[in-house]
Amino acid sequence: MSILVDKNTKVLCQGFTGKQGSFHSEQALAYGTKMVGGVTPGKGGLIHLGLPVFNTMRNAVRETGANASVIYVPPAFAADSILEACDAGIELIICITEGIPVLDMLNVKHVLNSYNVKLIGPNCPGVITPDECKIGIMPGSIHLRGKVGIVSRSGTLTYEAVHQTTALKLGQSTCVGIGGDPIKGLNFIECLQMFEADDETEAIIMVGEIGGSDEEAAAEFIKSHVTKPVAAYIAGQTAPAGKRMGHAGAIISGGSGKAADKIRALENAGAVVASSPAGLGEAVLAAMTLKKVMA
Amino acid sequence: MNLHEYQAKTLLQKYGIPVPRGQVVAVAKETVAVTTEIASDAWVVKAQVHAGGRGKAGGVKVVKSADEAQSVANELLGKTLVTYQNAPDGQPVNQVLIEETLPIARELYLSMLVDRTLERIVVVASSAGGMDIEEIAQTSPQKILQEICDPLSGLVDFQARNLAFKLDLAGEQIGAFTKILKGLYRLFKENDLALLEINPLVVTTDGKLFALDCKMSVDDNALYRQKALAEQRDWSQEDSKEAIAHHAGLNYIALNGNIGCMVNGAGLAMATMDLIKLHGGAPANFLDVGGGATAETVAKAFKIILADSNVKAILVNIFGGIMRCDIIAEGIITAVKEVGMQIPVIVRLEGTNVELGKTMLQTSGLNIISADGLTDAAKQAVLSVQNQAVAA
Repeated sequence: MSILVDKNTKVLCQGFTGKQGSFHSEQALAYGTKMVGGVTPGKGGLIHLGLPVFNTMRNAVRETGANASVIYVPPAFAADSILEACDAGIELIICITEGIPVLDMLNVKHVLNSYNVKLIGPNCPGVITPDECKIGIMPGSIHLRGKVGIVSRSGTLTYEAVHQTTALKLGQSTCVGIGGDPIKGLNFIECLQMFEADDETEAIIMVGEIGGSDEEAAAEFIKSHVTKPVAAYIAGQTAPAGKRMGHAGAIISGGSGKAADKIRALENAGAVVASSPAGLGEAVLAAMTLKKVMA
Repeated sequence: MNLHEYQAKTLLQKYGIPVPRGQVVAVAKETVAVTTEIASDAWVVKAQVHAGGRGKAGGVKVVKSADEAQSVANELLGKTLVTYQNAPDGQPVNQVLIEETLPIARELYLSMLVDRTLERIVVVASSAGGMDIEEIAQTSPQKILQEICDPLSGLVDFQARNLAFKLDLAGEQIGAFTKILKGLYRLFKENDLALLEINPLVVTTDGKLFALDCKMSVDDNALYRQKALAEQRDWSQEDSKEAIAHHAGLNYIALNGNIGCMVNGAGLAMATMDLIKLHGGAPANFLDVGGGATAETVAKAFKIILADSNVKAILVNIFGGIMRCDIIAEGIITAVKEVGMQIPVIVRLEGTNVELGKTMLQTSGLNIISADGLTDAAKQAVLSVQNQAVAA
């Protein structure tokens, strides 16, 4: 098993014929993802990368039976694309786009609440279940099918966690990049919950960063609901207050969102927190050993 | 992106929110016309900088005459104002706002922001105006009031009344307060604000409400559709290197250390800074070059890092991802040659074709150290700076 995506996930690409959409769809196809087509308004009827292009998501879903969609459209149109996917009955929407206005996301989240749909992102690398389905911009080659579930707010730090767990032959069950925006779809807690319920996942790596209090909330959840070993890393211990560190959501404001508070909360919840991003692999090994000793 | 107080107040007026009569000037002698036009017993001269704590830093002064107004304006304009928020460097004062003074009976606090946990716009109010909201939260949290706005119905009248009564407003003030709050909500939404703070909102001795001070920041992601606001950006208030980086399409934040950092991805860039600190060094900056890392962007990034004279070594940390390491290595080599690098560059590459990339760096004949992994890279960078200190 895995979470969110597997070999049966049928994927549409929104912004299919654009530069990003084309490049990453090609990579996904090469990886073996079941891409079934894409949408670019006005280009319906064309064949792109050997797959049909549709004008609307409603048509695309009706014709292909897709249940997932990945979005590579520019920020000004991304909110519209998420809502279109949602309306067409897509169950899993993955929005890679960076730079969507916060107020757009407030509206999107409000609408999404009345549908049975999961949103990943925006401003994220996507989700991958190694050897089965890769949706997003992550390099497929660094992954190894295995037992660690990874959830992260940062793209390249997800790759670090993958790289280290691959080197240690632990491998990954599924990796979810939840994205660096303040208002987003799935959060740590939903992913932790799915990893906890997933048979294949034996341990979890959670990568957080400064800003907001999602890591603190996740720590509370780990304390009460997660029995599997958890390793964590929090980026931004040296970040100055009041400055937005690349990600729209990575900002210490009014004394809240500091790395130290998040680290303390996670340690209190029993997670093994790596002091260095190079220590994620070792941290998850330590967490696994610790759980065995405790059991 | 932050707005100046005078810019924020122009917006407030547009949305029907009462502000003191005032005028911004950039030249001291213009104060004469302003004090003539705005009749008042006294005026307040306020330095326009993007930082709080202006009052305590001497950036806000009450004057009794036109002459005094001019001499205070003269004193402030062209000066660098250092407050507790922008210390140690401070920010230049290029304009001062001259306003009438009002007879103040009470000071209230009012703000609007996007709460990321609730995923709603939230209104925060307090009867303890004039103070820092964090200070109020610590000393008297019971004085902080909050109303959560539904995205569909927006801010509704009853919510404004809830706050007004709790703030001990009465009579006509209830209606006036409601009108202010609804105007602010509209302003917040229509202008894609990230934060709007009125501190204080004053009640005058004759019972009128005025926004005495105002801070606004606009959501950077929305600037593409807020062109009029984007044009008001005052780059003089931002770090000059950060401004240059912004125009070059790079995400750069200046810090106080001596190891320059160039990294792909915001999370990894923060983690690289942390790693340098962990191994006893100090990062000079945050810099995310993004996914591309072409010779052109790398060269631009090097130039911005090198503009900081404190930088004694540069740590490049790239997780190749889909981009091949040999292509990245080529980009780094070209960029190092182009900028005529005088200081050591430590490079950590990971991803496809990493061995080829490393070999290219090692055999380049340039002052490039190819590191084995993250930890080695950080240690080498710290060591290189320490060795330079010993040699000097």
